[in-house]
Amino acid sequence: MIGLFWNLLLALAWVTLTGSITAMNLLAGFIFGYVALMVLQKQVPVLKGYSRRIPRLAAFLVYFLKELVKSNLRVAYDIATPVWHMKPGVIAFPLRAETDMEILFVSSVISLTPGTLSLDVSDDRKVLFIHAMFLHDEEQLRNDLRELERRILKVTR
Amino acid sequence: MIEILVSVLLLVGAAFMVLAAIGVLRLPDLPTRMHATTKAGALGAMMTMGGVAFYFGDSTVAARAVAIVIFIFLTAPIAAHVIGRAGYFTGTKLWAGTIKDELQERYDPVTHKLNSGLEELKYGQPTRTGKGTSNQ
Repeated sequence: MIGLFWNLLLALAWVTLTGSITAMNLLAGFIFGYVALMVLQKQVPVLKGYSRRIPRLAAFLVYFLKELVKSNLRVAYDIATPVWHMKPGVIAFPLRAETDMEILFVSSVISLTPGTLSLDVSDDRKVLFIHAMFLHDEEQLRNDLRELERRILKVTR
Repeated sequence: MIEILVSVLLLVGAAFMVLAAIGVLRLPDLPTRMHATTKAGALGAMMTMGGVAFYFGDSTVAARAVAIVIFIFLTAPIAAHVIGRAGYFTGTKLWAGTIKDELQERYDPVTHKLNSGLEELKYGQPTRTGKGTSNQ
């Protein structure tokens, strides 16, 4: 997160120093800043592993958008057809995420993917309670959620 | 060409929002209604903003559209979570067709403790949340 902040700051510095405020120039500044941080990351502990995270973040965004559209269609189908196909229920999902940031990220993304809504985290922060709309195949749903969490943790760790 | 893209994005986005509204009316209980509003609404807003960005083809408009989408994606899940959580814990009934509720047995309405159910199973450590035995 701090790495991304520095990268954006470097991009802004590039834009102001070159004097042309355009999206393309900002992007160029971001790329140069990224390369600079890639060189620096061995020396600065905060930036450790930063260069690996940005490609992973991009890959995650693509995956997330695909899931978002796919499962939105499913919810939309159930709303638009007269018969209820859904089998809602609340499941307990063991979390691998530990820090506040990770739990926030995981639960928000789970809330955004249609069919699942995070209700609460247990007091010892080990389990996330999720309201799921389609519990036809619980094992499948749990595997999907684990896959989602694995991808998020690859970005944050 | 760009007009077709813009029209498709706007129409599909609006369609998702209409579906979200119908969902609020039709769906049987609070959590399922939250499903409809947050997700279909967020996707609809995203597509509408995509249409706007393509229509103007201007980087300042595009930057604002991206910012709007980011803010919606930041706030929508948190609002849904808080409303769903408040509704659940104040005792709103779930739909009769709900097949499973793993939260109910682990929640203590008197002390407001929410157990994970993993306390005794793993490592044999005492629970951080205190007694936590009321659901055994």
